[in-house]
Amino acid sequence: MLLSNLDHVPGYRVARHLGLVSGNTIRAKHVGRDIMAGLKNLVGGEITGYTELLTEARNEAIGRMVAEAERQGANAVVNVRLSTSAVMAGAAELFAYGTAVVVEPDKTGGAG
Amino acid sequence: MVEYAIQAGILLGLLSLGFFAGRYNERRHRRGLERREAAGGPVLTNLERLPNGAVAVSGWLCMGSVVIASDYFKTFGASLKTLLGGRLKTLETVLERGRREAALRLREQAAADGADMVLNVRFETAIVMRGKNNRPYPAAEVVAYGTGVKLAPT
Repeated sequence: MLLSNLDHVPGYRVARHLGLVSGNTIRAKHVGRDIMAGLKNLVGGEITGYTELLTEARNEAIGRMVAEAERQGANAVVNVRLSTSAVMAGAAELFAYGTAVVVEPDKTGGAG
Repeated sequence: MVEYAIQAGILLGLLSLGFFAGRYNERRHRRGLERREAAGGPVLTNLERLPNGAVAVSGWLCMGSVVIASDYFKTFGASLKTLLGGRLKTLETVLERGRREAALRLREQAAADGADMVLNVRFETAIVMRGKNNRPYPAAEVVAYGTGVKLAPT
């Protein structure tokens, strides 16, 4: 599956549009990570545990979007957008959406 | 009386821990950012098209993210400042470092994947920690994403 946040995939030509696809996941932080995070709220700086947690969750949201695109017979998702929001204390929603398309290799060189 | 003294002592301890450790961490982070930014890499742009008729042969989604927290001293100062209104300079620097870190990670990821340039770069910021009574802590996630492209040889 090819992913791009442009309206096309460089080197390919869009043959068919299949419509909007999306994927989401809500993740809660767990206690072990919370203790470290509490400490980081005192001394400042990156909360590595949360960075990893949210990266993992975002990849899952993208994975669900990709699965939906595959079900529709797409081989690429263009104009991908990501969003994060805190939905309750200690939990965040990761959301990814884009347009599923069928693309073909562009032999003419194509416009960048 | 003793209780108040203990509470004041704890507050003072947390504030000075926040002040000194926070300042140390911020300086170290800033030095790291400057060093990595100077190292160069693919150019990031929020244009969707390549300038000057350049042609991309391939492209793929690239991301970089960070969750960054403020320190106790800054958080305390900022909550006092919200009573008066105005500019929260101390929190601005936290988000500024977060964005620079996310952009650098995006660039480093794109470079590792062989990109020459990253198009349509977007920043997304979200407050990810909320404490008691839904009070937001100044810990924010910044994600930078864009499409890394490989250019056709000219």
